[in-house]
Amino acid sequence: MARKSHKQALGVALAAALTLPICAAQAADPIKIGVIAEVSTISGAAIPKAARLAAEEINAAGGVDGRMIEIVEYDDHNSAADAVRAFQRAASQDKVHAVIASYVSEVVLALEPWSGRLKLPMITPGAASDVISQRVHDDYDHLKYTFHGYLASTFIADSVCDGLKVVGAEGLNMKSAVVMSEDAAWTIPLDAEYLKCLPKIGIKVLDHIRLSPDTTDFTPIFNKIEGLKPDVIVTGISHVGVQPTVQWHDQQVPIPMIGVSSQATSSTFYKDTNGATEGVIYQTVSAPEVALTPKMIPFTNAFVKKYGVTPAYCGYTSYDEVYYIADAIRRAGSTDPDKMVAALETTSWQGTIGKVEFHGRDSQFTHAMKVSPEFVSGLLVQWQNGKQVTVWPSAVANGKITFPSFVKLPGK
Amino acid sequence: MKALQILIDGFAISSLYGLGAIGFTLIFGVSGVLNLSHGAIMVTAAVIAWAAAGSLHLGPYLGALCGVLASLAMSFATYLLVVRPIQGSTRIPREEKEIFVLTGTLLWGIMIQEAIAYAFTSNPKTVLPLIPGVIYILGVRTPMQEILTAVVSWAAIGLLWLLVNRTRRGKVLLAASINPRGLTILGFELGDIHLFVWGLYGVLAGLAGVLLGAFLGVSSDNVGTLTASAFSIVVLGGLGSVTGSLVGAYVVGYLETITAYVVSPSIRTIPVLLLLVLVVYLRPQGLLGRR
Repeated sequence: MARKSHKQALGVALAAALTLPICAAQAADPIKIGVIAEVSTISGAAIPKAARLAAEEINAAGGVDGRMIEIVEYDDHNSAADAVRAFQRAASQDKVHAVIASYVSEVVLALEPWSGRLKLPMITPGAASDVISQRVHDDYDHLKYTFHGYLASTFIADSVCDGLKVVGAEGLNMKSAVVMSEDAAWTIPLDAEYLKCLPKIGIKVLDHIRLSPDTTDFTPIFNKIEGLKPDVIVTGISHVGVQPTVQWHDQQVPIPMIGVSSQATSSTFYKDTNGATEGVIYQTVSAPEVALTPKMIPFTNAFVKKYGVTPAYCGYTSYDEVYYIADAIRRAGSTDPDKMVAALETTSWQGTIGKVEFHGRDSQFTHAMKVSPEFVSGLLVQWQNGKQVTVWPSAVANGKITFPSFVKLPGK
Repeated sequence: MKALQILIDGFAISSLYGLGAIGFTLIFGVSGVLNLSHGAIMVTAAVIAWAAAGSLHLGPYLGALCGVLASLAMSFATYLLVVRPIQGSTRIPREEKEIFVLTGTLLWGIMIQEAIAYAFTSNPKTVLPLIPGVIYILGVRTPMQEILTAVVSWAAIGLLWLLVNRTRRGKVLLAASINPRGLTILGFELGDIHLFVWGLYGVLAGLAGVLLGAFLGVSSDNVGTLTASAFSIVVLGGLGSVTGSLVGAYVVGYLETITAYVVSPSIRTIPVLLLLVLVVYLRPQGLLGRR
C-alpha cells in the first residue's frame, strides 16, 4: 500500500518537476534588443542610454506580454568593422531579436547586408543616408529587415530649407549662401538636395565646400568662405562640430551658421565649445521644453534625471525604437524575423518626435520614415545664453533669433 | 591679404609645433627615447585643462596650470612606469631595448588615448582661450589667442635656451646628450638627469597641448597624428638637434598652412609627408642632425 502511494507521489512530483521549469522558462524568456553604438561620442552615447531607459519603463509596466526587455550593448568604436563583428555576435551568440544600430551612415550601410544575411531586424536611430532605404527598395526580399528610424538626408535638407525660407530668406533678407559640409556618406544626398532647394527659396549658392572629417584647422575654410561674402553658411556637419564651431567663434567670422550640426543637439555642446556655439542654428527633431508631442518633455526630463545631460537627437529615436519594436513584437505575437518585419511595416507609433510610420515598397525610400507635419518634421533651434531655444516653426517657437555681435546680417 | 593671413596663421602653428617638437627631441637626445606617447601626453594636458576650467570652474588660467601639471605627472609616469623598467631590465638583450621602449611608449600612448576617450568621449575639447577677442594686424583679423600661442611658445623656447646654455643644470643636460658615460665618470648622477629632462619634457609638452587645445581644440582621436607630426618635424630637423627641431617646425608649419590655403585643407599633411620621404632618402640625418 505504502509503496503504491510512494510511487504515485513520486510520479506527480516528477511531472511537476519536469513541467515547472518549462513554464518558468517560457514566462521569463526575455526579448533581447542589441544596441550597437559609438559610445565614446556625444551623439552615440545617447543611444544605449535612451534604450535602457525605455526598457526599464516597459519592464516596470509588465514587459511585453510578461516578457522583459533586455538591452545588450556593444561599442563599435566608430568603426564599421567593429560594428559588423558586434552584429554577428549579437545574432549568433547573444541571440538578440532586433538591433538598434548607430548614428553613422557608413556603419549602418556596412551592417545592412548582414541584417539581411542573418535575418535580424535592424533599425538605425540616427544615420541619415538615403541609400539605406533605397537599398531596401532595390533588394526588398533580402534587405527588408532594415528600417531607417531617422530622417533621410534629403528630407533633412528639405526641412532646413523650409525653415530657412521663413527665418532666413523672409526674416533676415538672406540672398546668398555657401554650403559647408563634411565629406561623408550622409552629406552626399544632403548637399545634392541643398543645391536644389536653396535656390527655390531665393537663396543663391555661391560655393559648395566639402571638408575632410579629419580637419582640425578650419581657418583656411572660413577665410575662403568669407572671401565669397555669403549671407549665410548652410552646414552639414556631424562628425565634426566642436572645432569648426569654436574656431568660427574665436575668429569672429561675421557670417551666421544655419543647418545641420548634430553635436549641437546635445546640452554638453555648450560646455564642450565653452559657449562658442552661441548663435549657431541647427536643425533637429526635438528640443528642450518644446512639447512637439506629449511624450517629448517627459522623456527629456526622465533622461536628464537619470543621466545628467539632455539627450542628443538619436536618444529620442532610440527610445522610440525600443517602444515600437516591443509594440511590433506584441502585434506579431512572435519574434520571428519575417513576422516582426511585417509588423514593423504597419507601425503607426506616437513617439517622442512625432508619429512614426514607414514608407512601403511603393516608395523609392522603402522603410524610410515618413516626414511631414503629420508625422515627423523638423525644428530650427538656436543656442542662446546656454539654452537651446526653438526659433522655427512659429507654432512651437519659444524665442526670437539673435546673433552674437560679431555676426553681420544683410541689411534690410 | 591672403599672403599675410598665411604668414600669421603659419607662424602661430609653427611656434606651437616647435614647442612640442623641442620636448620630443630633448627626450631623444638626452634619454635616448623616441617617446611615441608624445601625442597622448599633449592631449592629456589639453583635456585636463578643459575639464579643470569647465567642470571644476577653475577658470582658464588655473585650468591651464592643471593641464600642465597633469602633463608633468603623465610624463613622469611614462618614464617611471614604462621607460625606466624596460631600460633597466636584465631580461631584455641590450640591442633590443630601444625597440622595446619604442613599442612600450606606443602602447602606453594608446592606453592613454583610450582612457581619455572613455572618461571624456572622443569629442574634441577646446580649452578656454586665455585671452579672448580678436585684433587686426595690417587688416588681417587675428584671434588674440593665436598671438598668445606664438608669444608663449617663444617665451618657453627662450627660457629653455637660457636653461641649457646659461645654467649649470642645463649644461649638464647638454653634456648628457653628447656623452653620458663621460658624465658618469665625472660623478654626475644620470638618474637625476633623466628625471630632470622628463620633468622638463612634461612641462613643454603640457604647454604645447594646452595651447593647441585653445587654438584648434583637441580630441583623443588626434593622439596619433600629433605624435606623427612631432616625429616628422624631428626627423626633418635632425634627431637630437633642438635648433633643427625649431627649423623643422617652421618648415612643416608653413608647408601645411600654404597647402591648406592655396591647394586644399583636406590634403594639408601630404606635402609634409612627401618632404619627409625625400629627407629620409637624400639626407637621413635631417637638416641639422648630428648622428
